[in-house]
Amino acid sequence: MFLEIKNLTVKMGGRLILDDISFNVEKGDVVAVIGPNGAGKTTLLKALMGLLPYEGEIIRHQIAKIGYVPQRFAFDTAFPLTVEELFLLKTGRRSFWWPSSLQKADIVKALSHTQVESLRKQKIGQLSTGQLQRVFIAYALFGQPDLLLFDEPTAGIDIGAEMTVYNLLQKISREHKLTMMIVSHELNVVFRYATNVVCLNKRLACYGTPSEALSSEQLQKLYGPHTAFYAHNHKDNEEINNEKTADN
Amino acid sequence: MTTAIPIILGRLEISLIVGTIVGIGTSLLGIFIIMKRLALAGDALSHVALPGIGIAIAVGINPFIGALTALILGVIIIIAIDRHTTIPLDAAVGIILSAALALGVLFFPSAESLMDALFGSIFKLTTTDAIVGTILGLGVIIITLIKFKDLIHLSLSRELAQSEGIAVDKDEFLLLFLLAVMVAVGIKIVGILLLGALVVIPAAAARNIGRDMRNVTMLTVIFGLSTVIAGITLAAQLQMPSGPMVVFANVLIFSISLFWSGVKN
Repeated sequence: MFLEIKNLTVKMGGRLILDDISFNVEKGDVVAVIGPNGAGKTTLLKALMGLLPYEGEIIRHQIAKIGYVPQRFAFDTAFPLTVEELFLLKTGRRSFWWPSSLQKADIVKALSHTQVESLRKQKIGQLSTGQLQRVFIAYALFGQPDLLLFDEPTAGIDIGAEMTVYNLLQKISREHKLTMMIVSHELNVVFRYATNVVCLNKRLACYGTPSEALSSEQLQKLYGPHTAFYAHNHKDNEEINNEKTADN
Repeated sequence: MTTAIPIILGRLEISLIVGTIVGIGTSLLGIFIIMKRLALAGDALSHVALPGIGIAIAVGINPFIGALTALILGVIIIIAIDRHTTIPLDAAVGIILSAALALGVLFFPSAESLMDALFGSIFKLTTTDAIVGTILGLGVIIITLIKFKDLIHLSLSRELAQSEGIAVDKDEFLLLFLLAVMVAVGIKIVGILLLGALVVIPAAAARNIGRDMRNVTMLTVIFGLSTVIAGITLAAQLQMPSGPMVVFANVLIFSISLFWSGVKN
């Protein structure tokens, strides 16, 4: 057992955000967290990081460090922090001002995981959304976390770049043998990359492997009666993707 | 306790020492105030000092104590409005700013003391002001440098700072508290109306031309320090109030930085 969540309940301003959630995560799992807007997905990640008061239990076995990639990146274009300095914020007080060549090499190595080492001297306010996304994934990996949490890692990225990010996450998960939890709206991504899925709608609506947990009945309970899956084969890819389509 | 400073170093020299500390402290804090887009809140905060000084003069206590008390109260009010109400911060700040000015003017016993509070009067610095200002200013600079990385994290993203284990609520309060202390010390130099410039302009000028955060920090301190020294020296030469001279020096540096950044781009 890697992570145990028992009867997790979160209330904010008197409102119930998460209600009696229980599930377990095994080491190496890639867990997708899905659910409609306001279902409590981000709240779940924040509770796991200990940033919110909660009732119930979150038991971390062998988890010393959690890496986190937030949902939105909006910086002032004149924000003077460079990518290298962002990473130096995770090092000692002195090394922020006078980094050693070893620390600089470590930063380049971390950036190379997401192929953005060329951005080291760029100001973060001047990066595109896709570049920022890769920088922050590398930033989350810097410091060798045991668990990585991604809040909608492809929000604001075009569809082509979206798949590249998920392929990258899959590669990182395999290479670093990392356990990940990914909040996502894309059901095709859940089927393609996740080993397990958590469906939230304040309560735990389903949990299991995507093929077990995401029945049409479950999806309709989660997203409404007009929701269905259509499986289709991509010509250039033998993997079967399942797409969520909503009848408007 | 309003005796003039015993002339060991000379009034100008003492003013320059306190001014140097204020220039470094306010400009350092200005980096975070600008990055968090709190420039207007910082400006309003200095206005809150006015009723505090007025009441202190009226009841016969040191105006510095009145200013600091009012400023800390101002920090608490601004944070409470931001965290516990749905009132937009800029609207709340606008109301506080006007109310503080209106209320402050009522308490001042003379037009001269009001003008000193509004535009600065560093050459009327008392011994107590100089000693207390130096100690508090140095304290603010040291704490800011110790907390520098956490404050950058906080200015970058509250969420990211939280995920790194930074106590964001406490650090936000600390930032405004340090600003309140620095404002209380700085009022003698540039006055309430112009203090916002001393906080904001050096960091804004450095941001125009700095290549990274460390470079921006270094330039901010150099600009803060040099403009205060230039302004005080010029004011002494021309027998003018120190505040407007310091602000002129800042505006000049900002204009040059803007021109330089235009040339670079």
